[in-house]
Amino acid sequence: MTRLGPGLILALVVGFAFLYLPILTLVAYSFNASRLVTVWGGFSTHWYGALLQNEPLLDAAWLSIRLGFVSATLATILGTLAALALARHGRFAGRTLFSGMVLAPLVMPEVVTGLSLLLLFVGTEVERGFWTVTIAHATFSLGFACIVVQSRLAGFDRSLEEAAQDLGATPFVTFWTVTLPLIWPAVAAAWMLAFTLSLDDLVIASFTTGPGATTLPMRLYSAVKLGVSPEINAACTIMIAAVAVVVIAASLLLKRQQATSG
Amino acid sequence: MSATASLQRLGRLVVAVPYLWLALFFLIPFAIVLRMALSQSAMALPPYAPHFEGLAQLGEFLSQLDLENFRLLADDPLYWQSYLYSLRIAALTTLLALAIGYPLAYAMASAPARWRGILIVFVILPFWTSFLIRVYAWIGVLRPEGLLDASLAFLGITAEPLRLLNTEAAVLLGMVYSYLPFMVLPLFATLEKLDRGLLEAAADLGAAPLTAFLTVTLPLSLPGILAGSALVFIPAVGEFVIPDLLGGPDTVMIGKVLWGEFFSNRDWPLASAVAVVLLVVLVLPLVLLQRARLRREMAT
Repeated sequence: MTRLGPGLILALVVGFAFLYLPILTLVAYSFNASRLVTVWGGFSTHWYGALLQNEPLLDAAWLSIRLGFVSATLATILGTLAALALARHGRFAGRTLFSGMVLAPLVMPEVVTGLSLLLLFVGTEVERGFWTVTIAHATFSLGFACIVVQSRLAGFDRSLEEAAQDLGATPFVTFWTVTLPLIWPAVAAAWMLAFTLSLDDLVIASFTTGPGATTLPMRLYSAVKLGVSPEINAACTIMIAAVAVVVIAASLLLKRQQATSG
Repeated sequence: MSATASLQRLGRLVVAVPYLWLALFFLIPFAIVLRMALSQSAMALPPYAPHFEGLAQLGEFLSQLDLENFRLLADDPLYWQSYLYSLRIAALTTLLALAIGYPLAYAMASAPARWRGILIVFVILPFWTSFLIRVYAWIGVLRPEGLLDASLAFLGITAEPLRLLNTEAAVLLGMVYSYLPFMVLPLFATLEKLDRGLLEAAADLGAAPLTAFLTVTLPLSLPGILAGSALVFIPAVGEFVIPDLLGGPDTVMIGKVLWGEFFSNRDWPLASAVAVVLLVVLVLPLVLLQRARLRREMAT
C-alpha cells in the first residue's frame, strides 16, 4: 500500500469538488424560499409542493418511469444474451460485426442514433410514441447491459455448468438453475444502468417520439430553455435522490456478489 | 433429440436474437440514413423525395444518385466550419479531461484498497445523474449573478459580473464536467493494475520520482489514456445538449447543426448528410478504440 501524499489528496479534493459542487448548489437552491435564484430567502419546501400541482411534469415523469421499466427489461434480456454469445460462443460467423454493433451505440453521437432510428420508423410507417422510444432506448442501452454482464461472465467458474450438464441437466435448465443465479447481481446492475440511461435520455427520445409521448427530460429541457427556476431545481433534486439510491443499491449488490464469489 | 443438438439450437438462439435486433435497429437505420443523405428534400410529409424503391430500380437509382447535399456541405462554410469547431472543442475537452482526470485517477489508484470501491462509486454517481441536470446545474453556477459571480464579488476578486454563460468557456466546462468519468474510469483501471514494484525498482536504481513517472507509469498507462481519450472525444464531437444550453450564437457545434436542420429547417436529407459526414470523421477514433479494446480482450 502506498501512502497518499498531500499532492494526491489535493487531486482527490479538487477532482471531487469539481464533480459535486454544481450539483450540491442545485440541491441547496431547491430549498430556497425566494424565487430569485441568487438570493437566499430561507429554507422552504414550497417548490416541492408546487411540483405536485404541475400535471404535465408529473405525466411526463410517469411516462418516463414506465418507458424506463420496459426498455431496461428489454435491454437487459438482449444484453445478457449478447454477453453470453460473446463469452460462450467463441468464434461464430460475423462475430466482429456483432461485437461492433453491440458496442458502437455506447459512443455513437446521440443525434446520429436518434436520426437513424427515426428514419427507420418513418420508413416502416410505424406509429411513433411510447413503443418507438422504448425500442430506441433498449437498442442503445443494450451495449451497456452487455458490458456489465460480460465482466461477470469473465470471472465465472465454467465447471459448475459442466457438472450440471454431466448430471443430465438440459442447457436451458443449466442456465436457469446454475448460470443465472450466479450472475444475477450483474444482471440486476445492468437493468438499473439501462433504466437510468433511459430516464436520462433527451436527444434520442426527441427524435423517436410521437405526439402525446413527452418524456421527463423533454419537459425539463423546454423548461430549462426558458431559464433557471427553483421548481426545476426541486424536480432535479428528486431525480438525483432517486438515482443515488439506485446506484448505491447497485454497488452494494455488486459488492455482495464479489464477496460471495470470493 | 440429443443433448448436443439442443445445446447447439439454444446456442444459436442466444446469438441470433440480439444479432437480429441490432441488425434491425442499428445497422439498417444507418443504411437508411445513407440513402436519405442521397435524396432531395421535398415539401411533403415526410419531407423528402425517396429515390430508391427496391432492387429492380437499383440501376436507375445509381444513375441518379444525388450528391447535392454533400456538395452543399462542402460549399457552405457554415457546415465545414462547424465540423472543424466541433473537432477543436472535442480535442480541447479531451485534453482538459485528461489534465484533471489523470491526477484524480492516479490518486484513486494510490488510495488504500478499501477506499477504492467507494471512490469509484463517487466518480460514477454524477455520471448516473441526468446529463440534463448536470448541465442545468452549471447554468445556475455560471449565469450572470449566479453562484460564481456572487462568490467572486463577495471575495472582492471581481467588481462586475463575468459574462461566462453562453460562451465557449462555458461549453468547455460543461463538456469536461460531463465526460470526466469516461476519462477517469479507464485510467483508473490501468493505473490500479500497475505493478508498484516497478516504481520501487526505478527508485532503487536512482530514478527521481518525476523520471520514474515519465519513464514507467506514463508509458504503462498509455492504453488507459487512449481508451479514455476515445471515450471522451467521440461522443463530444457530436454533442448537442451542452453547446445548446451553455453555448452562445457563436458556439455552433455539428450536433446542433444536425438538430437544427432536422427540427427547425425540416431538411431531413441534409440532416442525414451531416450525420454521414460526422460518422466518417469519427471512423478513425472509433477504429483506434476498437483496437484498444481487442488488445485488452486478448490480454485477459
